[in-house]
Amino acid sequence: MSSLITRVRQKQIVQLMAKGKRLDGRGLNDYRETKVEQGIIERAEGSARVLLGKTEVLVGTKIETGEPFSDTPNEGVLTVNAELVPLASSTFEPGPPDENSIELARIVDRGIRESKAIDVEKLCIEAGKNVFVVFVDVYVLNHDGNLIDASALAALAALLNAKMPNYEIEEGQVKIKQGYTPLPIKRHPVTVTFAKINDRLVVDPWLEEEQVMDARLSMAIDDDGNICAIQKGGTGCFTQQQVFEAAKIAREKAGEIRKKLGW
Amino acid sequence: MNQKIEKLIDKKGLRLDGRKPDELRPVKIDVGILANADGSAYIEQGKNKILAAAFGPRELHPKHLSLSDRMVLRCRYHMAPFSVQERKSPAPSRREVELSKVIRESLEPAIFIEQYPRTGIDIFVEVLQADGGTRCASITAASLALADAGIPMRDLVVACAAGKVDGTIVLDLMDTEDKVGVADVPVALMPNLNAITLLQMDGILTLEEFEKAVDLAIAGCRKIYAMQKEVFKNKYVSIREVEE
Repeated sequence: MSSLITRVRQKQIVQLMAKGKRLDGRGLNDYRETKVEQGIIERAEGSARVLLGKTEVLVGTKIETGEPFSDTPNEGVLTVNAELVPLASSTFEPGPPDENSIELARIVDRGIRESKAIDVEKLCIEAGKNVFVVFVDVYVLNHDGNLIDASALAALAALLNAKMPNYEIEEGQVKIKQGYTPLPIKRHPVTVTFAKINDRLVVDPWLEEEQVMDARLSMAIDDDGNICAIQKGGTGCFTQQQVFEAAKIAREKAGEIRKKLGW
Repeated sequence: MNQKIEKLIDKKGLRLDGRKPDELRPVKIDVGILANADGSAYIEQGKNKILAAAFGPRELHPKHLSLSDRMVLRCRYHMAPFSVQERKSPAPSRREVELSKVIRESLEPAIFIEQYPRTGIDIFVEVLQADGGTRCASITAASLALADAGIPMRDLVVACAAGKVDGTIVLDLMDTEDKVGVADVPVALMPNLNAITLLQMDGILTLEEFEKAVDLAIAGCRKIYAMQKEVFKNKYVSIREVEE
């Protein structure tokens, strides 16, 4: 990856960071401009588009009925999938999901699942037989770094926008009725990602920073400021102090984002 | 199997298998056990039984994947179909793909990859029986397999999880604690460099609990590190004795 960026650029990024600055003018702990737009795909039960600087992610949620897992008979099912669509970057290729898109999907999934964002018991129609299955499909449309935070934010925005069909049970059969009720969302996890470049941490790395970073650390924070999911990525390492410092910054940043979006 | 477990920690503060909160499960490690691998290791941690093998540095196939300035490290974490309660399909699951990636990324910082351009190392991890914490035990075993293959390393990588069950921060979660517990924090460490090479978490923890869990996991790592070194030393002492 780093071969794409000249060594000059890499040096420049590192030198600027030592002064607490970044190539695009941001401070080390600043996010790029964030825009969230909901309900843009009418066919989907919920949808949202998130712009994080030039990174663009579209998430559609489809809600269908299906069988629950045998160990959670009275809970709805959440399924997250991510597509690194080839039109989003020259480095994305068509084909079955590779390890990067699987990792992205699983990080988004973990943030929503572990924070208990969806009230899954309210998605139960008939215990052990029939529940609502929520499909969250992450579609990366433009890759300019930090797909994790953009995807997690878009996924939550799409869930907040989602509606489940009304139903009634007639002679043991589930019948879908007219009208919708909002998907029950109780928590609002926000994921904050750091890049470690030359032993310093920056929030919300954009593409050029990702290309020179040693490692990546993502933390999902819930409404109470608790950590609900973490993922380290990349081939570098962190010290214990860096991890603890990141957790404090993540809590602060997640609070700011939630406040700004009114969640 | 499906009965609800109410208490994970009893009145005496002991866990389901009688351990104290900061106690590891029994660990048994063996190195150099596979004849055809360049390096190999076997670990038992609780009921976990895991084999790891390392091949290389060797010519990389397919060739177009090789890099002119460094080695390519590849890793496959795989669970045997009979390793869990309900048969697992042998096809790689999304979980296994993710774990292969994070295990690889946890080991790569330990290897001088820039000194072996155009080559590759393959690491294969087979989980024969799973009992919670397989990714950590896999990392512990895989780094020994790399060392056993004679690959120069900055340090051994060792991993251990801590988590929260019944409101208590505990070390080295076993299967039931992992599934029923509140949170799980796997950590991989290069102990001599104080470098964390893997960190994941799921569940809900406050910042204070998280710091406590990381501290405890690192303490666990250091205990297993001592065992890793001991096993390794013993193997080569016994080889020297045979030669003499």
